[in-house]
Amino acid sequence: MKLILSLFLAALLGACATPQPLRGTGDLGLVIERATGHVTLVNTSSRQPYARIAGLGDLSHASAVYSRDGRYAFIFGRDGGLTKIDLLEGKIVKRVIQAGNAIGGSISQDGRIVVAQNYTPGGIKAFDAETLELLAEVPAEYAPGQFSKVVGLADSPGNKFVYALFDGGEIWVTDFSNPRQPTTQRYPAGKQPYDGLVTPDGRYFLAGLFGEDGVAMLDLWQPEKGARKILENYGRGEEKLPVFKMPHLRGWSVAQGKAYLPAIGRHEVLVVDVATWKEVGRIPVRGQPVFVMARPDGRQVWVNFAFPDNGKMDVIDTLAGKVVHAFEPGKGILHMEFTPRGENIWLSARDDHKVLIYDTARFTKQGEIAADSPSGIFFTARAARIGF
Amino acid sequence: MSPNKLLPLLVLLAVAPAWASEPAPARQKELVHLVRQDCGSCHGMTLQGGLGPSLLPADLRDKPAEGLAATIYYGRPGTPMPPWKQFMSEAEAQWIVDKLMSEFPQ
Ligand code: HEC
Repeated sequence: MKLILSLFLAALLGACATPQPLRGTGDLGLVIERATGHVTLVNTSSRQPYARIAGLGDLSHASAVYSRDGRYAFIFGRDGGLTKIDLLEGKIVKRVIQAGNAIGGSISQDGRIVVAQNYTPGGIKAFDAETLELLAEVPAEYAPGQFSKVVGLADSPGNKFVYALFDGGEIWVTDFSNPRQPTTQRYPAGKQPYDGLVTPDGRYFLAGLFGEDGVAMLDLWQPEKGARKILENYGRGEEKLPVFKMPHLRGWSVAQGKAYLPAIGRHEVLVVDVATWKEVGRIPVRGQPVFVMARPDGRQVWVNFAFPDNGKMDVIDTLAGKVVHAFEPGKGILHMEFTPRGENIWLSARDDHKVLIYDTARFTKQGEIAADSPSGIFFTARAARIGF
Repeated sequence: MSPNKLLPLLVLLAVAPAWASEPAPARQKELVHLVRQDCGSCHGMTLQGGLGPSLLPADLRDKPAEGLAATIYYGRPGTPMPPWKQFMSEAEAQWIVDKLMSEFPQ
């Protein structure tokens, strides 16, 4: 099996030497192969890989953002590597080691600044998207000499970046209007924020809290009002189940005026009315949700799970308000990505060394791609979305 | 059980303590995979740390092994470190700590 895989991958490598005809990038994307520091470039129309790039370092928990023309991907590796890839040429354009231990990143509204969020040393760093030259650094020093891990970094309009401090319990908003001299506002948020997201309209930043019940919310249109807590009462008095993997909030969506969020320490998806930010329902699912992602049209929400339920997927129909399809597509389902208009979903099955492609209307399998321990899947449609 | 059938068992028991904490090879593979992949989601696949601290030998050296094994088995309440007792025995948690403190297999 391993041999077949490497032969196949070698064939791919050969393929990327041939010149590509003139084309756009709207149906392209990449798959992170976390164990071996590779990314595989894919085409969502042909549902095939078309190139494979090596030498990206430790890619566990790696994520990617796109330049606004959808041609370049910026990949943030766990080892602090920031790599810029050209999807058309199928090669690395530039790579820098920017920190000791990184967790992700974001790109500014105008596409000129790429910002990395780091665990060690805790803080964020801004880079010129063209050259990857360091522009500025904001250490997450929340008390004298105390640095926090940074989570949930998201871009927001006005070349601002919003993020949360796991150890510091705050939400910070850093304004990069002057990229070399950023200014930062701080807002108390709650105990141990573990991830964050910005709503698709760029107005609200939400930080999930691990250390207490609830979610901290900052209205970025009126930040002077400070962060307030929503969903405070969810789970009050009930004992939490152990969490074997932290849920991810980025990648969520609003469907029909409701937001679907992973509950922490419960086998439930929370449904929140985005006009009032009140809980309006909970949907039982088969494990601790990790990603809760809405299909672009909002009709379905797909959920994957933490260990030991990471072979399962549940699909919620937002009209019915319940799980309508539950299946076990493979071993170690780490991530999912919808094609830009949602007719297909791509799932990474880490322990099967495959990416699986499903039809979202019929739930039938459309194909699969070999990949070495695949994790994140990122399509270029992210280039045009706020908070991605 | 007849005495001559019992004899090999007794021999086995007598030598057992020397490697009692050593899981069978197939189980060792499972545990290594669990640590790299599933502990890796918080501690990093190369165990250099993430949301959870580094688990490299240099960083664990001065910490008591039993305490670390207890952390794995029971978790640390109030922190994201969950208990793993439904997925392994205490001896297996101890074996993981031994491996972490020397050199963790790939
Ligand atoms: C959901 C996140 C998460 C997962 C998964 C996780 N850990 Fe941890 N772990 C942590 C955190 C956070 C700490 C630090 C706790 C503290 O603040 O004291 C920790 C602490 C530890 C420590 C103590 C380290 C020290 O220096 O004191 C050990 C050992 C450890 N973890 C081993 C493991 C092993 C082995 C696994 C998998 C079987 C695992 N962890 C899975 C989050 C996690």
